[in-house]
Amino acid sequence: MYDFDIERPSTIADAVLALQNEDTQALSGGQTLIPTLKARLAMPETLISLTGIPEMQGICTNDTGQLCIGGGTTHASVARGAIQYPALAQMAGHIGDPAVRNRGTIGGSLANNDPAACYPAAVLGSGATIVTNTREIAADDYFLGMFETALEEGEIITEVRFPLPQRANYQKFQQPASRFALVGVFVAKYADGVRVAVTGASEEGVFRWTDAELALDTNFSATALSELMVAADGLLEDIHGSPEYRANLIKVMTQRAVGAA
Amino acid sequence: MPTVTMVVNGQPVSKHVEARTLLVDLLRNDLSLTGTHVGCDTSQCGACVVHVNGDAVKACTMFAFEAEGTEVATIEGQAADDGTLSNIQQAFQDHHGLQCGFCTPGMIMSASALLKDNPHPSEDEIRAYLEGNICRCTGYHNIVKAIIAASGQDVAAVTAE
Repeated sequence: MYDFDIERPSTIADAVLALQNEDTQALSGGQTLIPTLKARLAMPETLISLTGIPEMQGICTNDTGQLCIGGGTTHASVARGAIQYPALAQMAGHIGDPAVRNRGTIGGSLANNDPAACYPAAVLGSGATIVTNTREIAADDYFLGMFETALEEGEIITEVRFPLPQRANYQKFQQPASRFALVGVFVAKYADGVRVAVTGASEEGVFRWTDAELALDTNFSATALSELMVAADGLLEDIHGSPEYRANLIKVMTQRAVGAA
Repeated sequence: MPTVTMVVNGQPVSKHVEARTLLVDLLRNDLSLTGTHVGCDTSQCGACVVHVNGDAVKACTMFAFEAEGTEVATIEGQAADDGTLSNIQQAFQDHHGLQCGFCTPGMIMSASALLKDNPHPSEDEIRAYLEGNICRCTGYHNIVKAIIAASGQDVAAVTAE
């Protein structure tokens, strides 16, 4: 690996300060970033590790009943600890493999915004709020495209707040080698409506399937989706699946998620 | 150069490391603990699984510097001082849970993390937990049997494939 420096601040304030220096890069669990550095697809001069910041770790419930998860909380901790939100815990418990889940973090996954990652679907599907060191960002305003987010340079995800749904479920059709989602669908039913978020499928990254949301608002059942289909236009094409195959998978995974919610 | 201080297999260790030094390289090159293997170096294969504060992690995908203040356990610390194999190691031997043996250190460390959380896992739970540990020899069947046996359950109940 190429030569770089690393710092490990113990507070958010120190991390923010360190990230103001030129050519720095935040490092969370590193389960994507370290392989990226090995391949020299990114070559920052200094890594600012966020793994030693206690105030960014843990799960709690706030005064308005939202589930709050620190940005540095690992997938394994969410799988074990998000007991108030079983669909979220189940989703976190199926990311990657056990060893990856012990390092990878919610903040890291969201900052990276891999188009096939699971967390973006859960966050967008829940209408969660992404809290950074400077502001709060609604999920609908956060995901801007493949590997693109609303985060500014040096901005850190300190917490994610999830409103708790009445019912929810995540269904992942797994690409067996990478264990990323070939298509993953998160469905959540709230008092003010249903949200359906799809990952793994689009060239633009995670997106909401609004036609399905409208249909499910009036009839929360798999059959409500029988006449619907996402347009294959703009869906990902690779050796694992054509756009048409992914379009079909979106429907099937959504129906399964509704059935299991 | 940063210093990392940690406890490895019960022994306190303090080493100067480069920022880029991976935990697996510190273990293998600086501490001569070569039982932790590097198979893929891309966090796919799991041959490098060790425990950091009791959690299974892939030592090829964690910087040594980040292990500051932690307790690390590797395959070398699994057997007793007199060489008596651990329960899981013995079960791998008894049930022929290895052929070439390259993946075995990672398999044993993953298995021990599983049994710590879930002392009596089902066959399906074992197979799911080993998702990140790749073996190219055994077809996994005897590995699963060994873990069933190490958990004190009836091996005969494992489905034949």
